[in-house]
Amino acid sequence: MHIVVCTKQTPDSAAKLTVDEAGNVSWGDSPIIINPWDEYAVEEAILIKERFNGEPKVTVISMGPEEALEALKHAIAMGCDEGIRVWDEAFENSDTLATSYVLAKAIEKMGDVDLVLFGKSAIDSQTGQVPIEVARRLGFSPLTYVIKIVELDIEGRTITVERLLEQGRQVVKAPLPAVIGTVKGINEPRYPSFMGIRKATRAQYPVWTGADIGVEPDKAGAAGSGVRWERIFPPPVREGGAEIIEADTPEEAARILVDKLMAEKVI
Amino acid sequence: MGKDIFVWVEQFHGQAAIPSWEAIGAARQLSETLGGQVCACVFGENVGDLAKEAIAYGADKVFLADDPTLADFRVEPYAALLAHLAKEHQPEVILIGATSRGRDLGPAVAVDLETGCVADCTALEFEDGKLVATRPIYAGKLLSTCTIPERRPAIFTVRPRAFAKPDPDEGRQGEVVSVEPVLKEEEIACKVTGFEETEGGVSLTDAAIIVSGGRGVGGPEGFEPIRELAEVLGAAVGASRAAVDAGWIPYEHQVGQTGKTVSPDLYIACGISGAIQHQAGMRTSKVIVAINKDPEAPIFQLAHYGIVGDLFKYVPALTKALKERLGK
Ligand SMILES: Cc1cc2nc3c(=O)[nH]c(=O)nc-3n(C[C@H](O)[C@H](O)[C@H](O)COP(=O)(O)OP(=O)(O)OC[C@H]3O[C@@H](n4cnc5c(N)ncnc54)[C@H](O)[C@@H]3O)c2cc1C
Ligand SMILES: Nc1ncnc2c1ncn2[C@@H]1O[C@H](COP(=O)(O)O)[C@@H](O)[C@H]1O
Repeated sequence: MHIVVCTKQTPDSAAKLTVDEAGNVSWGDSPIIINPWDEYAVEEAILIKERFNGEPKVTVISMGPEEALEALKHAIAMGCDEGIRVWDEAFENSDTLATSYVLAKAIEKMGDVDLVLFGKSAIDSQTGQVPIEVARRLGFSPLTYVIKIVELDIEGRTITVERLLEQGRQVVKAPLPAVIGTVKGINEPRYPSFMGIRKATRAQYPVWTGADIGVEPDKAGAAGSGVRWERIFPPPVREGGAEIIEADTPEEAARILVDKLMAEKVI
Repeated sequence: MGKDIFVWVEQFHGQAAIPSWEAIGAARQLSETLGGQVCACVFGENVGDLAKEAIAYGADKVFLADDPTLADFRVEPYAALLAHLAKEHQPEVILIGATSRGRDLGPAVAVDLETGCVADCTALEFEDGKLVATRPIYAGKLLSTCTIPERRPAIFTVRPRAFAKPDPDEGRQGEVVSVEPVLKEEEIACKVTGFEETEGGVSLTDAAIIVSGGRGVGGPEGFEPIRELAEVLGAAVGASRAAVDAGWIPYEHQVGQTGKTVSPDLYIACGISGAIQHQAGMRTSKVIVAINKDPEAPIFQLAHYGIVGDLFKYVPALTKALKERLGK
């Protein structure tokens, strides 16, 4: 059994962001971390490995420049077996169409993959498109919004999951290989252990280039992308903070507030 | 001849999802520039009525696929059919509500058609003949604009409640074209074997009003006054991660970066400090009210109206005042 986890690096979710005139985003000295959503995918992969007595191999991959190592290291420190960085200058400015193509090529190269796990979305670009696109490209069973793996039958090569949708939980059974998009609530990601951190520091992280995985140059990077980012800018700021409602009693405050909300036509 | 716009009409158990009608509204606006037809794609089982509804909401034409394989949304048969229709009819744009299902369908079709899909748009406008989408990034801390310069169709998923839902006009006329599914049941890998509906209440992402509780409610029973207020308002109940992590309310209610992104007309935050990750999920609400006993709580920076005080006094008072005013 071979499980792959796809992850990427992001600025910390608490980072104060600034944008310059050219649209370059900066997060000051805030650290680069593993995309928080991806920790659920990493944890789930390790839980599956543990459930099957350590037999499944867990490989974590990230398409990205040097900084992507942060995400790989964190995943190895949590308990993944191997980390591979997929990168080539030609991959720069990839949208999700191109990113999913490159990741699918890397997974195809491995050849023996049964499950590919993803986070729900990247907290920076927050598109949430890469998991379904990789599934579609590889022809793997597309299982997104997974909040529970109900059954993983390796012999029968099927997986049953609960998916969290707007109206409730849908139970789906599908054949392996499958793509699993995880959501928060599927597990509680562990903190890396001291031993794990040591292992991650010492580990080798091979880099696979476009040539290594057979990427056609016009399908990756900007050339392979459908979407172009035009501008990045801060949202309009609202002046002044809240109008604080002052009153002698809660009843009076409530009446004043109701008047205001009716005037705003929101109730 | 003008250029057509496709809109996917999402349904669950035969009922349309509101974001689909909002998408039809957005498509009507765009069609004023593009000049083509708005074509609704209605897939399901026994969904003939939805075709009429789609026309009432603004579709000129409906591609109606009525088949047991399409009863439940599954990405495989739905993407295959939508991609097939797009290849045949060459629309300029496809709009899809950015719901769970829509966020799967859009990119899947984009892969099939080797085109771009912009996720979760909050505005769509023509600028110098280019269709420009606005979307929040970095948890809403920044905005970006995106285009799909060359590839067609250009696919956009549109954030629920970002576009106005049109008023349906029962008198509108339109054409209904029946279409066949592309995949047979045996060609579809995923089998839906069960569904457990979330009990009661209004869905967070559709709600026009949300009343949320945080750590300040103090325990599971602290959500009672929140629920009572929500009930008089016909509102959904939301929560901060602190309340969810404490086990006071299920994760389905969580609003924020690792929960749901909502955009109601009115958001009432009770006993929520307003951490940046909570704001990420609710900052685009039209009117925000905060009830918090700490005047320094960051939520007061974001809120339009604030009450500084104990939620256990002010929330019931608000419920009572509303009951009187709304005559309930
Ligand atoms: C990666 C990451 C993702 C996260 N994602 C989310 C997310 O999706 N959603 C989310 O909400 N958080 C998220 N968080 C957590 C977030 O940082 C905060 O910890 C959380 O929002 C705090 O919840 P709270 O406001 O309910 O609690 P607190 O910050 O503890 O605030 C409680 C507030 O209640 C007030 N209060 C107490 N008693 C009363 C009373 N009787 N009457 C009135 N007011 C009272 C207090 O003054 C205080 O302001 C995330 C954090 C991280 C690191
Ligand atoms: N460059 C990348 N390398 C590896 N995995 C990625 C990359 N980008 C996105 N992913 C995965 O896809 C998920 C969704 O990302 P996105 O579609 O970009 O919001 C993330 O949580 C990751 O699991």
